[in-house]
Amino acid sequence: MEKLKSAWKTLKRRPMSLLGFALIGFFLSVAVLAPVLAPPEAGSRDSYIIPQDGYSPDPVRPSKAHWFGTTEQQYDLYYGMVWGTRTAFAVALQVVGFSVIVGILLGGAAGFYGGWVDEVLMRFTDVILAFPDIVLAVVIVAVRGPSLENVMVAVTAVSWPSYARLMRGDVMSVKERDFVAAARAIGASDARILFRHIIPNSIYPVLVVASLSMGRIVITAAALSFLGLGAPVGYADWGQLISLSRNWILGSAGNPFEYWHTVFIPGIAIFMFVLGWNLLGDAVRDILDPRQK
Amino acid sequence: MLKFCVKRLAFLPFVMFGVTALLFACLQFLSPEMRASLYIKDPRQLSQLDAVIEKYGLRKPVYIQYGLWLKQVAHGELGYSETAKMPVAQAIKAFFPATFELTLIAFIPIMVIGVYFGVLSAVYKDRLIDHVSRFVAITGYSLPSFVLGLGLLMVFYGKLHWFPPGRYGLETDMLVHLDTFRHYTGLLTLDCLLNGEWTAFTDVAKRMVLPGATLLYISVALLLRITRSSMLEELSKDYVRTARAKGLPESVVIRKHALANALIPVVTLSSLLFIGLLGGVVITETVFDFPGIGRWGVQAAQQLDIPGVLGSTLLAAFLFVMANLASDLLYAVVDPRIRVG
Repeated sequence: MEKLKSAWKTLKRRPMSLLGFALIGFFLSVAVLAPVLAPPEAGSRDSYIIPQDGYSPDPVRPSKAHWFGTTEQQYDLYYGMVWGTRTAFAVALQVVGFSVIVGILLGGAAGFYGGWVDEVLMRFTDVILAFPDIVLAVVIVAVRGPSLENVMVAVTAVSWPSYARLMRGDVMSVKERDFVAAARAIGASDARILFRHIIPNSIYPVLVVASLSMGRIVITAAALSFLGLGAPVGYADWGQLISLSRNWILGSAGNPFEYWHTVFIPGIAIFMFVLGWNLLGDAVRDILDPRQK
Repeated sequence: MLKFCVKRLAFLPFVMFGVTALLFACLQFLSPEMRASLYIKDPRQLSQLDAVIEKYGLRKPVYIQYGLWLKQVAHGELGYSETAKMPVAQAIKAFFPATFELTLIAFIPIMVIGVYFGVLSAVYKDRLIDHVSRFVAITGYSLPSFVLGLGLLMVFYGKLHWFPPGRYGLETDMLVHLDTFRHYTGLLTLDCLLNGEWTAFTDVAKRMVLPGATLLYISVALLLRITRSSMLEELSKDYVRTARAKGLPESVVIRKHALANALIPVVTLSSLLFIGLLGGVVITETVFDFPGIGRWGVQAAQQLDIPGVLGSTLLAAFLFVMANLASDLLYAVVDPRIRVG
């Protein structure tokens, strides 16, 4: 309770952090309320498939029937944005979750065992870090075939090494502490020492960095969708909706902003979502890291 | 010093080796038939799929295929990139200068603006300028480059016709491929000036404004943050208090004392940032149809143009090792307390 109070105090002094909470809270409620805000058509099998109003190739501007207008092929942008919120959360949380778990396990093992285990694991992370992450991610998706799952696999594959590196350093310093020696003296097993004593005491910096990197991971995943490697056309996914707008940035003769909504509506949503996570990440760091106070 | 450099450079072949090995491992997801089809240029060859598999040893164990490929590379044969429509070595020569030029043009204002506003927001902590510059920085950090890029294109190309995408227009294209056009530096803007081609220069420069601005806005946040926190730390130290106590004017305290020390992490980080930009302009180049290493790498990866992917990633890995070396050396140069060795 005391902790919560001091966390709230820190937050109150920082309007930007509150803005972060508000943004993520807003997207969270949109995601939860998706079936109410944009009810799927009766009889549709998958709510994530955006309904189409005809098949005309040109986007149509916002109107009463389509609040945010339609993209090319007449996908309803409003529906796509609402259900895309769920996709955005699912991708972001799963990718960060898996990369953190992989990073903690491999980095923890490297720091704990040292020697050749450390050498092998850390050289492997060096190699992955030497790749431009988008290119490696594109290769992975390209060989496995374009789909949302493969985008998640690819972004996880390029994201875990930085957590592993951080974890290794922390584990190496924690394992020299007295309570580890004490645990060993009473005969605790390696696994018990690692999982009950070392990891809980060295996990915070990784969690802080994870909360700070949430936004970047969302951008990387959206970039892959933008390149056409993500969900199939018509699936509610913001990055994919933006890639549908690429051909329409020029508008029509005499009206250069004819199709502005195809870029700006999904663009602003991604921007706000990432901004929310970045502000939230700052707040988490301020709360968990006492030196910043 | 020399020993340190040699040790670091010894790391280079290892990383390059690892990068190629990892790529080969990725490609093993594909069946031999699929990998064979990557070597096929004419649909009529499809009937001879087995012959192609045999010729390139695609059914052999991975390590043998890898060995065969390494042997080729050791002989300077990087292969032919289907996406670039030229040999890989030639493609690197064609695309790298463009990326380098773009990165350089974005990098200089990133440094100047990042450091300037980083210092300002540290000196005026919690005042208006601090809040504004931090807000601008974090919004840039949160803006995906493809969103910003498409938005900029819509306004400045679609509406105003000021800044077209691409590398150069038709006329410049013909001009730079003439024999009379001398490539002094490889940087196209400079070369145009040195050849006295003013129209070509404005054409090339104009096309770099939007991608440059995109890179600037999305990357300046990092530098601003580091400068700010480093400056704040220095300003709270005893020697700053001493300097103030002996009556030095505040501007001298900030510029001569605090800034000189605060810049140490900034300078060392800048080499990593520069290389990060070189490798990270992938999406920006794609959006602006700018023919650089990043756009080539992504196209190659999308179309599984294996020689293209290997070529562009080898270059990236090389730059990565060099950047790390440069950053360590810079550290020793700007901070006399640190000795490498």
